[in-house]
Amino acid sequence: MSRFERQILLTGFGEAAQQKLLNAKVLVVGAGGLGCPILLYLAAAGVGTIAVVDGDKVALSNLNRQVIFEENDINKSKAETAVHYLKRKHKDIQVIALPYYLNTENSIETMKQYDLIIDGTDNFETRYMVNDSCILLDKPLVFGAIYKNEGQVALFNTPDENGIKINYRDVFPIPPTSSEIPNCSETGVLGVLPGMIGIMMATEAIKWLSGYGKTLCNKMMIYGMLDYSFYELKIHPNTLNCHAPKTIEAFRKTDYKVLCGSTGNSSLADITWQKAISKKENNPHDVVLIDIRELHENPKLTRLEHIQQPLSELMDNERVLPNFKFIYLFCQTGVRSRYAAATLQKRFPDKNICSIEGGIIQLFTIEKMKEYVS
Amino acid sequence: MTANIKIIVFGILAEKMQTKELMVENISDTDALMHYIKQTYPVLNDIKMSIAVNKNIITQNLSIKSGDEIALLPPFSGG
Repeated sequence: MSRFERQILLTGFGEAAQQKLLNAKVLVVGAGGLGCPILLYLAAAGVGTIAVVDGDKVALSNLNRQVIFEENDINKSKAETAVHYLKRKHKDIQVIALPYYLNTENSIETMKQYDLIIDGTDNFETRYMVNDSCILLDKPLVFGAIYKNEGQVALFNTPDENGIKINYRDVFPIPPTSSEIPNCSETGVLGVLPGMIGIMMATEAIKWLSGYGKTLCNKMMIYGMLDYSFYELKIHPNTLNCHAPKTIEAFRKTDYKVLCGSTGNSSLADITWQKAISKKENNPHDVVLIDIRELHENPKLTRLEHIQQPLSELMDNERVLPNFKFIYLFCQTGVRSRYAAATLQKRFPDKNICSIEGGIIQLFTIEKMKEYVS
Repeated sequence: MTANIKIIVFGILAEKMQTKELMVENISDTDALMHYIKQTYPVLNDIKMSIAVNKNIITQNLSIKSGDEIALLPPFSGG
């Protein structure tokens, strides 16, 4: 009798699927509320190599949901404690503790040797960084996240039956700031919610690795705990998804803390149209306004000197910037330009680079400013 | 005319709008819908969200017709 007898018995699963799990190497990012159930069920199912990366230590307030840990584990490394627990439970699989946080320096090296990455982290910085690493390494990614009483689950970066791959940035091209969406340490959570979402994530991992059943490839499932609702959305490639770093070198230079607004850097504040226009009119040689939309996008800015430099080209061609001290970027609604401003500010720390609040659409809503749009 | 376009909202959006569902009418496309939502619920100011029409996340402005179901989805970060 093997410990996998009951799943091998299952019609359509069998020895072949079990062997695929045993041969698989999976990296679980985060040993928290999502990571704990993911680790427990992947280990129980017989995934052959499971690594867990987490630099955090166990705290008393973790214990309502991080079900691997006990009171005696407080202040111990989550990754090491989880691995110790799983090794004691299952001697036939390899479990590896990576007791550090992923960052742009170590994430590519860490992920490279695994077949599948599972994101059980708790902040946007790491989520975007893990997503972008998976794109660069062409690794499939199981995504799961929670907010209060709801959760999202998806499988990214693996082709559907038409060969189409999507990733997190097709759903949310631009990272939100952490102040926009609080996380569980600020909002509270019942332990069963990450339990439920973590098990759904483990299920996606098992299905993708073994080929059993249908995955959430190019879909996102939203679960509502309070009313037991499931809502499935189909995701399509998004033309606004052009912000992920294109090379490992660019990835290493990306500051995800700044992108996700968690540093509170005041130089990244938006500027209003009123201020941008008056600054330009008073200091025409120091100030440049750049329309970063694609050339076909309307309406256009008129009566005010500016440059058209689509975002896609601006990032590769920064030669217009050195001539000016104040660089004000605008797009349709102020979202793309905020991202561009954050990225360029990092490359040109001695310049003042701002996004114009609300984008060109905003001009219609300001009396006396409509004349600037056509 | 009856309100015939259903909007379902998730996460922090439902919290700020104080409803999970609402019905609207006479809205021709998703840009107009977003304009309407932001005017009606200024509290959303610039929370990023993804829009789905009939359970398909859209990537550009799309016309809306009677009977369509719209979902507004914010990103979640917790774990």
